Amino acid sequence: MQSFTMNESFPLNAWYAVAWDVELKNELLPRTICNKALVLYRKKDGTPVALEDACWHRLLPLSKGSLREDTVVCGYHGLEYNSDGRCSYMPSQETINPSACVRSYPVIQKYRFIWVWMGNPALADETKIPDMHWNDDPDWAGDGQMILVHCNYRLVVDNLMDLTHETFVHSETIGDRNVAEAPFDVHYDENTATVTRWMKNIQPPPFWKGQLNKVFDHDGTVDRWQIIKFEAPCTVNIDVGVAKANTGAPEGNRSQGVNGYVLNTITPSTNQTCLYFWAFSRNYNLKDQSNTTELKNGVAHIFSQDEDILEAQQKAINENPDREFYNLNIDAGAMWARRITDNMVAKEKKD
Amino acid sequence: MRYRNSWEDAVVSKMKKVADNVMQIQITPVGSTEVFTVGSHLDISVLINDLPEIRSYSLVGRYSPNSPYTIAVKRLPASRGGSKYMWGLKEGSKLRISQPTNHFELSFNTPDYLLIAGGIGITPILGMAEELMAQNDKNVRMLYLGRSEKEMPYINLSKKLLGQNLIVHFSDVDGFFDTSKIIDLSNTETQIYLCGPIGLMNAIRKTWENSPFANQNLRYETFGASGLFAPQAFTVKIPRFNKELKVKENQTMLKALEEAQIAVMYDCKKGECGLCQVDILEVSGDVDHRDFFFSEAEKGENKKMCACVSRIANGDVVIDTAYRGT
Repeated sequence: MQSFTMNESFPLNAWYAVAWDVELKNELLPRTICNKALVLYRKKDGTPVALEDACWHRLLPLSKGSLREDTVVCGYHGLEYNSDGRCSYMPSQETINPSACVRSYPVIQKYRFIWVWMGNPALADETKIPDMHWNDDPDWAGDGQMILVHCNYRLVVDNLMDLTHETFVHSETIGDRNVAEAPFDVHYDENTATVTRWMKNIQPPPFWKGQLNKVFDHDGTVDRWQIIKFEAPCTVNIDVGVAKANTGAPEGNRSQGVNGYVLNTITPSTNQTCLYFWAFSRNYNLKDQSNTTELKNGVAHIFSQDEDILEAQQKAINENPDREFYNLNIDAGAMWARRITDNMVAKEKKD
Repeated sequence: MRYRNSWEDAVVSKMKKVADNVMQIQITPVGSTEVFTVGSHLDISVLINDLPEIRSYSLVGRYSPNSPYTIAVKRLPASRGGSKYMWGLKEGSKLRISQPTNHFELSFNTPDYLLIAGGIGITPILGMAEELMAQNDKNVRMLYLGRSEKEMPYINLSKKLLGQNLIVHFSDVDGFFDTSKIIDLSNTETQIYLCGPIGLMNAIRKTWENSPFANQNLRYETFGASGLFAPQAFTVKIPRFNKELKVKENQTMLKALEEAQIAVMYDCKKGECGLCQVDILEVSGDVDHRDFFFSEAEKGENKKMCACVSRIANGDVVIDTAYRGT
């Protein structure tokens, strides 16, 4: 087995987030997922629908047409499709060609996201949706966004699997020397990879000092943690927080601290673009909605710095087609994530 | 959705009779087999009177890695020539095949399914039954119709797979099938997947159209091969061109017109798109409408017919084409 690949590939037998729940209305929304153009909408009863975005007849994107109740009407010759993708009207003839349909994709709303299964529909099992429950759990509060990033989705996963970059990319908010210098552990199983980093008895960076002071009046040192969990092929949930130093957080007692989850799922759109869905959820100060807005804006600012780096990296990759990455110790989490995804793609080709 | 075929070389790896007049043919491509979903078919380049033509055959069963493609072909004494060619193959024979494509896709978005197979129509249905039985939250029934058990391929497999959920109808014993039964077996959530001879398909379509259930819940596939009458030779007169042609029993009217250099527009060649329709000016005998383009009412009027699949039985026809030049 190769230890590392520059692969851009993605499995099709997986649930991919395609929209925030609030984005989907009873109107046509085009989105490209895994190099396939989809048209999404919500039926009048609220059920989400995902269809291939190309008319059976002459391939015009159905998203150029219109929605009449739950029926999609092609904007060219008026062919109509129901929410299963079956053609229900053809102009100027009394029958409907029996093969007339567009592909419909399994679609589920969960954890405030709309998820679509791009592969074999017989294998679409709801329990395989990655756990992002912090996004709609009443014990947590938060919000997030979707950004279109002009890079392969794996570069975003790489970025999240190694937070050493915080020290250099996000130095004024969450990054400091402690992150770059603290040791970390990497573990993996068939479907996940986890990077755990504890920074004990340190001065909190400005961001975390501010969050801790919303709950505790504490001016001293903290134990800080980052537990990054990758779930194949493209979800990375990061358990982050700080607790007053020496109050038992590393051993499991986080009562003297504040905890957040950075939730990320990065859907391949094309080989060179991805839809990056993220949210930040916290378990403290739950009723303070300005805290939600402040965190969302703060994370959005931090991620815009990543976006800038990632797009420049993709451009450099394209300009150096004969080059591969060198890897460092810090890349272990990213490399496990890539290998697990590679295995998933390879397995899918076999069965 | 229609896909452009990409052709590749393949070899017949096994031939096995699976019922009276039904040959199971396993085909191994020179490259690797592609993943396919149930309901898919292969296009195969066949030679008819030494000329290449394309025939479509449903893939039997579900995709399994490293297994050859499996099709089953019924020998039709009066076929257009495809079945004769396929029956003439031997293990080791070379073929040109397309990638699997699916025009008969199974949806998984309903809890209730009624699969209906008539005779050789079992070929796409079997994989659907396997796929649905593997899902544990689906109510699946299958109706398998045929003359008698020995003429019904995969009947034992179907029994094993579906157990009590298989309903078998032997027309030799049970007589004519009363299609109103399918309404009793259905509810508003039922999706029907149907493949069989045209008489059965027409009867079920008609019953379904008059039922309270949604039209799009009846799904079927046809490869335009069967009719209400056995194919016979007939004569076509085209006064506009002052021509009279013989359509042989194993030839289509479209083919005969093309050979006489009378242009007719066409596309699907299986009676679905309607592009090859010609005007019937006069007819004796019966028009054997084998297409799925015209409605039952339109077929009753006998004003037009699809030249690609439809035929005349016990008589002759006078037609006109779309040409209006001088």
